[in-house]
Amino acid sequence: MMFDLTGKTALVTGATGGLGNAIARKLHAQGATVALSGTRENVLQELAGELGERTHVLPCNLSDAEAVDALPRQAAEAMGALDILVANAGITKDQLLMRMKDEDWDTVMRINLESYFRLSRAALRGMMKARWGRIIGITSVVGVTGNPGQTNYCASKAGMIGFSKSLAQEVAARGVTVNCVAPGFIASPMTDALTDDQKAAILTKIPAGDLGSGDDIAAAVVYLASSEAHYVTGQTVHVNGGMAMI
Amino acid sequence: MSDVLKRVKKIVVEHLDVEAEKVTENASFIDDLGADSLDNVELVMAFEEEFDIEIPDDAAEHIQTVGDAVKFISEKVG
Repeated sequence: MMFDLTGKTALVTGATGGLGNAIARKLHAQGATVALSGTRENVLQELAGELGERTHVLPCNLSDAEAVDALPRQAAEAMGALDILVANAGITKDQLLMRMKDEDWDTVMRINLESYFRLSRAALRGMMKARWGRIIGITSVVGVTGNPGQTNYCASKAGMIGFSKSLAQEVAARGVTVNCVAPGFIASPMTDALTDDQKAAILTKIPAGDLGSGDDIAAAVVYLASSEAHYVTGQTVHVNGGMAMI
Repeated sequence: MSDVLKRVKKIVVEHLDVEAEKVTENASFIDDLGADSLDNVELVMAFEEEFDIEIPDDAAEHIQTVGDAVKFISEKVG
């Protein structure tokens, strides 16, 4: 089987969300042991119960720096090692810049970008020793294209890409790759709430003619996590139905 | 051989995958033992862990040989 993750261990943050849920499921389906992290423990437990064996639940508040620093170690202790880090958690606090509060900026940067730095730093030790590791940041198409009302979010997502490229160069010689996946418009409870007119307007910008799904993103994550992708590093894989070709 | 030297040697041999005989006090991590800058960082972190000490960046810069490491660590752990 290609992209076989049997025997590998993965930590997925934001596993309570739609994307994180899909990513955790697919990694698990490929044979990986998964540690599910997020803030809502009952949602994590539910997912863990559904997946069955090879799952661990590690609730974490990503705005708590100490808790974030400790999370990769907890995951390694629970699973015996940490081979794959998927930094998927993210939030938005949208506002036009002229009206943006310090707190809107700080919170988004802390949870989206600073936690990526902290998780990566803590996860690296074991990966360097093992001479094998995968760090995968879930960024966004708007981190590259920009989007009005999202200066904070776009800055944090673009920051993840720059961070990944730098770190990829630092650790490439140790068998550790660092890549991003950049989703475009993905079907979610948020997009379900859009009116038909709003949806139609969005779809005119997507050559594929449809929204993406969590599985589309998860498939890219599985590929980057696999041994087959060992020669791919510092890259951003755009999964967006052609809405931006970069 | 001092206890510190013994433990430093063990870490260096394991980490850099070199023969124990090559790890003399005068051996330079980079010039003699084939370490790169990333290895140096990893070695310093391994020393910190092994001896439960902190090695500041400016001190780490001056640790270029096995002897340098032993000297610094011995002073720290007293």
